[in-house]
Amino acid sequence: MAVALAQSSTDRRKTKYPVIDGDIHPTLTSPRALDKYFLDDEWRTYHQTIGGRGFTGTSVPRTYPNAARVDSYPPNGRPSGSDLDFMRMQLLDAWDFEYGILQPLLGAASMRNQEYGAALSSAINEWQIAEWLEPEDRLRSGLAIPYENGPLSVKEIERRGSYPGFVQLLMAMRTSEPLGRPKYWPIYEAAEAMGIPLGIHVGGQGGVPITGSGQPSYYIEDHTGQSTAFQTQVASFIFEGIFERFPKLKIVLIEGGFGWAPSLCWRMDAAWSKLRGEVPKLRRKPSEYFAEHFWLTTQPMEEPPVPHQFVQMLEQAPWLQKKLMFATDYPHWDFDAPDQCLPDTELPAGFEEALMCGNARALYGLEPREKAAVAVAAG
Amino acid sequence: MTVYPVAPQVPGGLNFGQPVIDTDIHCAVPSPRALFPYLTDQWREYITTSAFKGPNDTPYPGGAATSALAGTKPEDGPPGSSLKLIQEQVLDAWNVEIGILNPSYSVDSISAPDTAAAMAAAVNDWLINDWLAKDSRLRATMVIPTRVPEMAAAEIDRVGDHPGIVQVMLPAVAQSPYGQRRWWPVFEAIERHNLVASLQFGGASGFPMTPAGWPSHYVEEYVDMAALFQSHLLSIISEGVLDKFPALRLSMIESGWSWLPGFFWRFDKVWKGLRRETPWVRELPSEYIKDRMRFSLQPLDLPDDPVIVQQIFEQLDSDSLLMFSTDYPHWHFDTPEGALPVGLTDAQRSRILYDNAASFYGFGRYAR
Repeated sequence: MAVALAQSSTDRRKTKYPVIDGDIHPTLTSPRALDKYFLDDEWRTYHQTIGGRGFTGTSVPRTYPNAARVDSYPPNGRPSGSDLDFMRMQLLDAWDFEYGILQPLLGAASMRNQEYGAALSSAINEWQIAEWLEPEDRLRSGLAIPYENGPLSVKEIERRGSYPGFVQLLMAMRTSEPLGRPKYWPIYEAAEAMGIPLGIHVGGQGGVPITGSGQPSYYIEDHTGQSTAFQTQVASFIFEGIFERFPKLKIVLIEGGFGWAPSLCWRMDAAWSKLRGEVPKLRRKPSEYFAEHFWLTTQPMEEPPVPHQFVQMLEQAPWLQKKLMFATDYPHWDFDAPDQCLPDTELPAGFEEALMCGNARALYGLEPREKAAVAVAAG
Repeated sequence: MTVYPVAPQVPGGLNFGQPVIDTDIHCAVPSPRALFPYLTDQWREYITTSAFKGPNDTPYPGGAATSALAGTKPEDGPPGSSLKLIQEQVLDAWNVEIGILNPSYSVDSISAPDTAAAMAAAVNDWLINDWLAKDSRLRATMVIPTRVPEMAAAEIDRVGDHPGIVQVMLPAVAQSPYGQRRWWPVFEAIERHNLVASLQFGGASGFPMTPAGWPSHYVEEYVDMAALFQSHLLSIISEGVLDKFPALRLSMIESGWSWLPGFFWRFDKVWKGLRRETPWVRELPSEYIKDRMRFSLQPLDLPDDPVIVQQIFEQLDSDSLLMFSTDYPHWHFDTPEGALPVGLTDAQRSRILYDNAASFYGFGRYAR
């Protein structure tokens, strides 16, 4: 093992700090790989016969199959992201990750049959435990929940939420209603009671187009548009008074970028200063709720054309320094490498360490590990 | 006790010592009867017998503090319906050389196509006769029956050459993203008449205006409108509209603009990774925007911090994008000085007040 680690590391400039990767996508080895994890035969049969039925009408060639990096297909012929050993070699060992947080994007909550979505969520969670979390101590994950149905979500949280490898609830950002709306409150109540953050990843399907004016034509619009959708979800959480109702709730926004954070705060504060009578639940400026309750993963990293503008952004929203968490988005095409993702400019003291590991350790309660640098030193 | 902030008195205006172009003055149709001179007997009769009060979907709730400054409501109509008040409170108060009227009349919310076309034509004739003919400082944004683009193009052909009509209203909440081909007949007509395509705050398409459905509150809808403008810019660039119509220019009215730097970074970066999907997009998206689009100044959505203001200008990499606006009768600033960002250089101030809009629309010494 040490030898393999050293070999895979020799072609990489090592990172200065331990790395926690907030966004890794494990995939199924085959479409039938979940069958054995269904908790009962009835839903297993449904899964094998009818299967997933989500929201349709958004087919477009998406440039890269399964959004995968071309070098991410394991030599054994399995799908990109489906082989733990290859993931260790290409990712976890290559940069000597301290931890990696999985985000299986299997769409359980986007099922129109919500009871099937709940059964699928349970199967996904059992699969995660058996095939990823038990075999690999560095991995953590999110608990899949059928989040369009509050009571069924709470049931799954009660069933499996206390498994120690689950460090957040797994949600996607494209929902049927804005996420501050009351239908989602049972989830927030349960999350707050357990002290577990919500991890909201880009994508998903809620049956609503990704623009406020219907479905766009191209993948680039959908991909870039995810950050517009995040902005409206943040506004919904804040203006619905979610953080007055659930003051300990913590939310991680995954893969939505963060260059929009300063201007969204300015706009929310300006609007609230004049319209706050409509939302009397709020007792503080919207930007203060944002700064306190939201964390954001870094991939896709913001890349201003002039690197020091990245620092300007941090000056405009200083709280970002405590809230940004590194992520790779492995094995997707827009992968960020930990030794290459930061702008080439002088960053605030302590920021890089906070981003690479400190903020994630604090949020998820992850114990620092001795940096397994033996092999690197040997290499 | 719930605090409902109350809109202050309309600020008195400032003399900047130079001419000003106000790119966002909202005028309002005072009553359905005001349009009767511009409707046929058939429509007058139908409106009367059906008691149709006009489109009742407004992006600006009547009682919301942001919708109207105190003192802007004439006795006999809604704020923005009196030429006299607009002359006093905007054109004279701010030393306005040219002011662009943006009618707040939701033709786009009317679902019956012939009704929408008739009302759009009536509003445009009302703009021409009741406003443009009465004050040479005024220009106007024409409205169109957006749900049937061919009918919209016909209306642009009908009045688009009037010298006072400078642009065509495209409400932000639309039937589909504005780059899509259904809109190309509209852009073709806009380009044919050398007009500007003007995306404006509001709209009532019948569809939810966020990517996750209908928000609960007006304050959310207000905030979310900026994200919707971003969606349209993604569409307009990605669909190749600006290559297909090389003379087309677009104004973004009441969109906010402090979100532009982050949007530029994101869109430019993703374009680098995905540009083979849309190979007709030949330069960085931010370059198209800087070349072909302009933004009205209000709302500022910026802190009163000169360092941040200059950071934003540096990130925009342009002093040409912003055009002064009062957004009358809406409430964004409390004092006349609040109409401009703090800490502008003299050159930035002068460009925002006049040159950026004048060169974009071809006004004054920039006449084409």
